[in-house]
Amino acid sequence: MIFGSLLLLGSCNNNSSTESTSTSADVPAAGGQEAVQDDVSQKDVVKVAVGSPDHTTLVAALKQAELVTSLANAGPFTVFAPTDAAFGKLPAGTVDGLMKEDKKADLQNILQYHVTTSALDIKFLKDGMNLGMVNGDNLTISVKDGKTILNGSATIVGSVRASNGWVHVIDGVLLPPAKK
Amino acid sequence: MKHSFLKLLTAILLLAVGFSGLTSCKPKGTQSAAGGDAAKAYVAPGKYDEFYSFVSGGFSGQMSVYGLPSGRLFRVIPVFSVDPEKGWGYSEETKPMLNTSHGFVPWDDLHHISLSETKSEHDGRWVFGNANNTPRIARIDLKTFRTVEIIEIPNSAGNHSSPFITENSEYVVAGTRFSVPMGDNQDVPINTYKENFKGTVSFIGIDKTSGEMNVSFQIATPGINFDLARAGKGRSAGWFFFSCYNSEKANTLLEVNASQKDKDFIMAVNWKKAEEYAKAGKGVKKQVRYAHNKYNESTHSATSEIKNEVLVLDPKDCPDMVYFMPCPKSPHGCDTDPTGEYIVGSGKLAAVIPVFSFAKIEAAIAAKNFDGTYDGIPVLKYEAVLHGEVQKPGLGPLHTEFDGNGNAYTSFFVSSEIVKWNVKDLKVLDRVPTYYSIGHLSVPGGPTSKPHGKYVIAYNKITKDRYLPTGPELTQSAQIYDISGEKMKLILDFPTIGEPHYAEAIPASMIMKNSQKIYKLEDNKHPYAALGDDNAKVVRKGNEIHVYMTSIRSHFTPDNIEGVKLGDIVYFHVTNLEQDWDVPHGFAVKGIGNAELLIMPGETQTLAWKPEKAGVYPMYCTDFCSALHQEMQGYIRVSPAGSNVPLTFSTGTNLPATTPAATGQPSTK
Repeated sequence: MIFGSLLLLGSCNNNSSTESTSTSADVPAAGGQEAVQDDVSQKDVVKVAVGSPDHTTLVAALKQAELVTSLANAGPFTVFAPTDAAFGKLPAGTVDGLMKEDKKADLQNILQYHVTTSALDIKFLKDGMNLGMVNGDNLTISVKDGKTILNGSATIVGSVRASNGWVHVIDGVLLPPAKK
Repeated sequence: MKHSFLKLLTAILLLAVGFSGLTSCKPKGTQSAAGGDAAKAYVAPGKYDEFYSFVSGGFSGQMSVYGLPSGRLFRVIPVFSVDPEKGWGYSEETKPMLNTSHGFVPWDDLHHISLSETKSEHDGRWVFGNANNTPRIARIDLKTFRTVEIIEIPNSAGNHSSPFITENSEYVVAGTRFSVPMGDNQDVPINTYKENFKGTVSFIGIDKTSGEMNVSFQIATPGINFDLARAGKGRSAGWFFFSCYNSEKANTLLEVNASQKDKDFIMAVNWKKAEEYAKAGKGVKKQVRYAHNKYNESTHSATSEIKNEVLVLDPKDCPDMVYFMPCPKSPHGCDTDPTGEYIVGSGKLAAVIPVFSFAKIEAAIAAKNFDGTYDGIPVLKYEAVLHGEVQKPGLGPLHTEFDGNGNAYTSFFVSSEIVKWNVKDLKVLDRVPTYYSIGHLSVPGGPTSKPHGKYVIAYNKITKDRYLPTGPELTQSAQIYDISGEKMKLILDFPTIGEPHYAEAIPASMIMKNSQKIYKLEDNKHPYAALGDDNAKVVRKGNEIHVYMTSIRSHFTPDNIEGVKLGDIVYFHVTNLEQDWDVPHGFAVKGIGNAELLIMPGETQTLAWKPEKAGVYPMYCTDFCSALHQEMQGYIRVSPAGSNVPLTFSTGTNLPATTPAATGQPSTK
């Protein structure tokens, strides 16, 4: 205790040693793995969504829900990615409401219901299969006439392989089951 | 007693604090934990080091990569020793890298590092390492930090004087530490050393573009021991200088018998002239056997070729090619300064450090200022080639590196210190203790024409009481000193792998931008690659089972395999389908008498397995790859030799059970 306070007394303001700590110029930007500079690897699921002109709402929502860092992780992930048109089918004002700061938890719950932590090629999605989603709820797959449908309401209309999983584009927004 | 001790301790602490408060202002915050000089080695979390340091692993056979000034270990590159962690020497693809004329050799002793150079400056392309025991040189590609080539050195025994490099990476050299009998009859009495034992120094050519090595020529030498070497630079660029000991030609109790003479030699070789002689056909082609192993980054596989011929130049037939310079007492280090004018010899038992002048060497050769010959090779007069001697520098000088300001730094094993001296006036400027028993030392860019200075790193043999003890065997260590001022200042100790000998450091900016992130799948030409889950399959060829397996977060395809029988050899050819930086997958099978595989993104590697017992064997990914890494697993079923279980494989579906699946009994027909 005495030693510590003496140290404080003995110290003073100067920057003499900071020069040695900044070394190489190429220092990574602050942030999670989404900030890693890498133009060689495949794009991760977030970068795939960002690169799509049909997913501006989803990308904005992922940012608002602070899910970008997690989805840039090793995962792997399967992301069911509603298009802007799919969000447009929701009752007017729903998306704007969810984007409010005090509704962040609801937005996170909904978005996490669109993600599972395994990389599932569409061929692995079999009729009657249940998937455990990141928010803790289950989702049911049905396959009819060659179409893969989620919870009987949203259909997969396209698939993109990402470095850390799959992005399956869907035409509807999935709503988690009501809390019991 | 205890009380007075405490009082004393408190007094000392108070004094120390008082002094530090008076004499210097210490930084605040995180850095005060590493205050004063130590802050100079502190690299904050998330910040990069300024230099890469490539450190020999000595008896580990490997090379390690550290950051400077932090001393953080980034990677151990397997080179001459097997490394089950990385599958090096265990996977089918890497086994040929350790092939030699003696067969597969799983261990060696890597002593020295040479970074490739252009115009006597580092160019950041390759790093070379020597195998001291079974003579070889390895080349590591600094894009992938992997060993891509190993060449064996014929007519050599103990490749210590190696792999030092010429100014434009034309050659790396390999001088034999042991002289040995050569030619057809090598079964001779050891005490016929003086008539039957010979030495060689080899010049290994390096292809300018690919880096591929080739034993261009060897120079036959008297039966002495070559220790270390350095190329000339600048004016002396066409020359190479090799230290040698045992000019007594002793073959027993060398610690006495090789220390009889006051002077041994530094051998000066005009390698440009040797190159001309080799091209002019002055050499003799000798029959030898040596292995040349290359790793192909496209097939992800190594090949080993045994070669049978080497061109040997005899100094008797090649005048003006080789000279001896007397050098006191069993010289070890032999280092050329950044200008190339001064050659520093360090006699292990000498009381002085002799510094030779290249201008004087040239003049002495022109004037034939010789002191007789040694085995027919002219010996230059010591005084005629001497620039001067550093007087009473310390005890047991070993190696010298240089900064960019005309100063030399010499390590002293016996007196455990680094001594800084001025190359021109030979005056000692500073000395610092090392803890303890320093061997090599390294200044970033120290062996080049443009040293970066800033630090000198001591590589120590003994660390008694420096770290927490770990039983009889203690870590070896490095110590980094700030040399930016007049006085050297110790700023950090850090442990090293194996036994560090020589190391070289290079600015990070010269390497990090070239560092490869993934292997592109479309470039994968491995004959057993499965470039996609749909291409996964299992094929029987006689008693060989080839599993074309894929791995991607978080499953293998196939992950259920049946129909293997005792007597079969199973080859798991695992292709990592990831195209994402820093996502390797691993692979292992229960009970396998082999290692794991670590497969980089886009790469294919093969593990061979000969099951010895019927049953079901789990296999799994050994490199934590994903949230469901623990789920990345599978089974392979092994049935008795006569079983009729068909060969099947699947992922994600259950095939109908096969008869007699329930019992696994062989059919009775």
